[in-house]
Amino acid sequence: MAETESRYEPVIGLEVHVQLNTASKIFCSCTTRFGDPPNTHTCPVCLGLPGALPVLNRAAVDKAIRAALGLNCTVRETSIFARKNYFYPDLPKGYQISQYDRPLAEHGHLELETDGAAAQRIGITRLHLEEDAGKSMHEGFPDSLHRSYVDLNRAGVPLIEIVSEPDLRSPAEAHEYLTRLKEIMLYLDVSDCNMEEGSLRCDANVSLRPRGQTAFGAKVEIKNLNSFRFLQRALEHEIERQAQVLDTGGRVLQETRLYNAAEGVTRGMRSKEEAHDYRYFPEPDLPPLRVSAAWRAEIERHLPELPKARRERLVAQYGLTPYDAAVLTAQPALAAYFERAAAGAANAKGIANWVLGDLSAWLNGHGAAVEQAPVPPEQLAALVGLIDGGVLSSKMAKDVFARMAAEGEGAEAAVAALGLRQIGDAGAIEAIIAAVLEAHPKQREQYQAGKTALLGFFVGQVMKASQGQANPGMVNDLLRKALEAK
Amino acid sequence: MTELPLLSVEIVRRRIGERQTTATALAEACFGAIAAANPRLNGYLTLSQERARTQAERIDRLADQGLPLPPLAGVPVAVKDVLSTRGLRTTCGSRMLENYLPQYDATAVERLEAAGAVILGKVNCDEFAMGSSNENSAYGPVRNPWDTERVPGGSSGGSAAAVAAGLGVAALGSDTGGSIRQPAAFCGVVGLLPTYGRVSRFGLVAFGSSLDHVGPLARSAKDAAYLLAAIAGADPKDATSADVPVPDYVAELEQPIAGLKIGIPCEAFAAAGETGGLDAGVNAAVRGALDALERADCQLVEIRLPHTEYATATYYLIATAEASANLARYDGVRYGFRAPEAESLGAMYRQTRDHGFGAEVKRRILLGTYALSAGYYDAYYRRAQRVRARIAEDYRQAFQQVDVIAMPTTPTPAFRIGERIEDPLRMYLNDIYTVSADLAGVPAISLPCGLAGGLPVGVQFTGNYFAESLLLRLAHHYERLRGPIGPPPAFATPGGNGAQ
Repeated sequence: MAETESRYEPVIGLEVHVQLNTASKIFCSCTTRFGDPPNTHTCPVCLGLPGALPVLNRAAVDKAIRAALGLNCTVRETSIFARKNYFYPDLPKGYQISQYDRPLAEHGHLELETDGAAAQRIGITRLHLEEDAGKSMHEGFPDSLHRSYVDLNRAGVPLIEIVSEPDLRSPAEAHEYLTRLKEIMLYLDVSDCNMEEGSLRCDANVSLRPRGQTAFGAKVEIKNLNSFRFLQRALEHEIERQAQVLDTGGRVLQETRLYNAAEGVTRGMRSKEEAHDYRYFPEPDLPPLRVSAAWRAEIERHLPELPKARRERLVAQYGLTPYDAAVLTAQPALAAYFERAAAGAANAKGIANWVLGDLSAWLNGHGAAVEQAPVPPEQLAALVGLIDGGVLSSKMAKDVFARMAAEGEGAEAAVAALGLRQIGDAGAIEAIIAAVLEAHPKQREQYQAGKTALLGFFVGQVMKASQGQANPGMVNDLLRKALEAK
Repeated sequence: MTELPLLSVEIVRRRIGERQTTATALAEACFGAIAAANPRLNGYLTLSQERARTQAERIDRLADQGLPLPPLAGVPVAVKDVLSTRGLRTTCGSRMLENYLPQYDATAVERLEAAGAVILGKVNCDEFAMGSSNENSAYGPVRNPWDTERVPGGSSGGSAAAVAAGLGVAALGSDTGGSIRQPAAFCGVVGLLPTYGRVSRFGLVAFGSSLDHVGPLARSAKDAAYLLAAIAGADPKDATSADVPVPDYVAELEQPIAGLKIGIPCEAFAAAGETGGLDAGVNAAVRGALDALERADCQLVEIRLPHTEYATATYYLIATAEASANLARYDGVRYGFRAPEAESLGAMYRQTRDHGFGAEVKRRILLGTYALSAGYYDAYYRRAQRVRARIAEDYRQAFQQVDVIAMPTTPTPAFRIGERIEDPLRMYLNDIYTVSADLAGVPAISLPCGLAGGLPVGVQFTGNYFAESLLLRLAHHYERLRGPIGPPPAFATPGGNGAQ
């Protein structure tokens, strides 16, 4: 890979389809709910029955404008719906209502945040609204050998298609772009971006050119990149494939290829003879979509803070490392949890460690979303407060956290219930130290003879004797003093 | 009882209200008349006795209780078979939808019933409303009640023939390039093309979406006014319907017409060679109508509509382009005809569409697909849209000078069945006077203005956007000046008088 990329520069652009999380479909009032029995969310409009007409769902436009503004796009005052004509069994009308030469929004960008390097700006060519098709089902029926079925529950679910400029230069950058894009969509609450359920789909255009050349090579479109991992792997594979073609004096064919995840290869999909002429023309059933300055401004006013701004603020306001800020903001809910916990707390960094450490581990272990966190943010802050106040050692705090999570108790209540309270009284610790030194005369002699590494042994013994409740800092200091006194 | 079907909306409502008859009896009389005449005319494709009975009984209960009757109480109407009717077969004149039962009612149908009308059934038309003679129906041509060897016009030929023959008081039709007005002219009835957006298209099976209109056919302007009042108005289910208040069309009929400026486009009377010429009898009848209006103190003004000569070409590009997409849904996958035993998906598509569609529909799908194809779009579709804008501009300018534009509805009276079917271009030119109103989106009305060789001739009034009230008023006054025309001799019944 690295060898290939030293000779050829990959040029990559992504086309991403994002399913908007509106309650109803884009041109009718059927629900968009996922996972129900086939063909239960249909009506004359989304079935494409003769005579039915589309009526635009304003909520879908709201969400699309939000997405466009979040990607720094210019929203057109007038955009036009167009019919994209092709035959397919899951396309009820024989055309898809989409947008063509006048899309909702254009000329946007988003910034990649690659480690250390200066922020890199990736252009967004366009963002347009369209309807989803239904789903063909070729497997899972007794007669699947001879017959396919169609589920039209998804037909008419609103999508936005976001087309990037060919500004990406490696599979890793493509991965990063999709990561940032997904993050922004989640922050804007325009989509759940669930790749398994198809609410985030990605196609890639990739071409190679010899390093130093400015003209683009022939581009290949790769479809079916339905996970972040597949996107990166498919691009890596395709770059190698094209390099091989070029190395052997061949020419890369401009075509559409399908990624086969099981085999990790791409395969040609359509031959030239089947090349589609979509015969786009303006959709006569829908008047031009006009987005007034007031409408746009209203949406702009309600835009939430976007992930990049939030990351920068978390670093500045709470003193977090850029890394911690990035991990927290990758999930809007997690960042929100952190901020609620850190509100008014003295040790925001400590809270971040707990959110990213034990809390995240618990959530992952239980397959739970942040919204189902077992410990409310205020109580996590209280727990960190107890550590900082010297009441609990970090080790004790882990047990307390486990109890809080299991029993739904507050920090103080869990500490009390466990009978855990750090011994912070010097006299009490000195008494334990004396007993430990008494019990281990040999090690004490060795220490005093210069084997100071045995300090750890004594600390362990003291902690053990105190059942973990002795303040470790004090134990260290007092032990050293006691050992060196003689 | 036999004369009942030739009554007007008002007489029907009055007689039911006064308990001289019942909606049920009236509907039964209509079904009797249909049974007798349909073998000759082939107008009705599907009857809806049960639905009609339910509705008639509802009206009769209102009358029994002495409650106020809705405006179309008990009025028997025919519905063109391109309008979706719940549970009532809707074929669009096509094999493709021979057994198609819609799940829902078109808005216009729903509104007619809400206004008290009794739907008798679905009437024949050219396949998917594509045609000017009704010969393109998969279920055979409708015959003209004035001469059953002749076409009734199209595509709303069944609607026009049913109304002319008294097989219903009025009908719904659809007009994309003249499909209400041309058959109205051929059958000697009134046909109204409303402004685009005036009547919801929801449930009208699409042909050319930006040109498709739903409108009424009736035996008088007043009846047409009653129907339009019932079906007009914004519809949340049609994004292209207009949110413009609906005037009281019936009340406004009686306002005077003196002083109206009527524009006479010189192009329309030029008897251009290209069109095959304006028939002398048609010319004379239309001139006669204009003279009568002049005597009634309307002012005739010569005007120009310079781009109308391109209207037919423009129309056949835009309508076919839109049709090529609109008819893509008939693919055999979800409903309608599916070719049996196809070997693959591609073969199923091809065979379904080859066998399901008739020749004219296939011709237009091909034309439209071509017009939209990569490399041809600019030369055809885009250019046609530009010409369309010019045609609309012609009208805008004309309506700064005049209130109404008058011209013939068709260049000739009804032609013989089979006469033009092998010559599509000549058939298309039959639309020269009607297509430009559809292209501009302005309203127009056709009403009989005399006979030529024993066949009805239509005069057409075109108005500015949302000027239906004015058109109906002018038509209403002209009917009084003209005196009765029809019914067709073969369907004249003692005591029936279509012009009242």
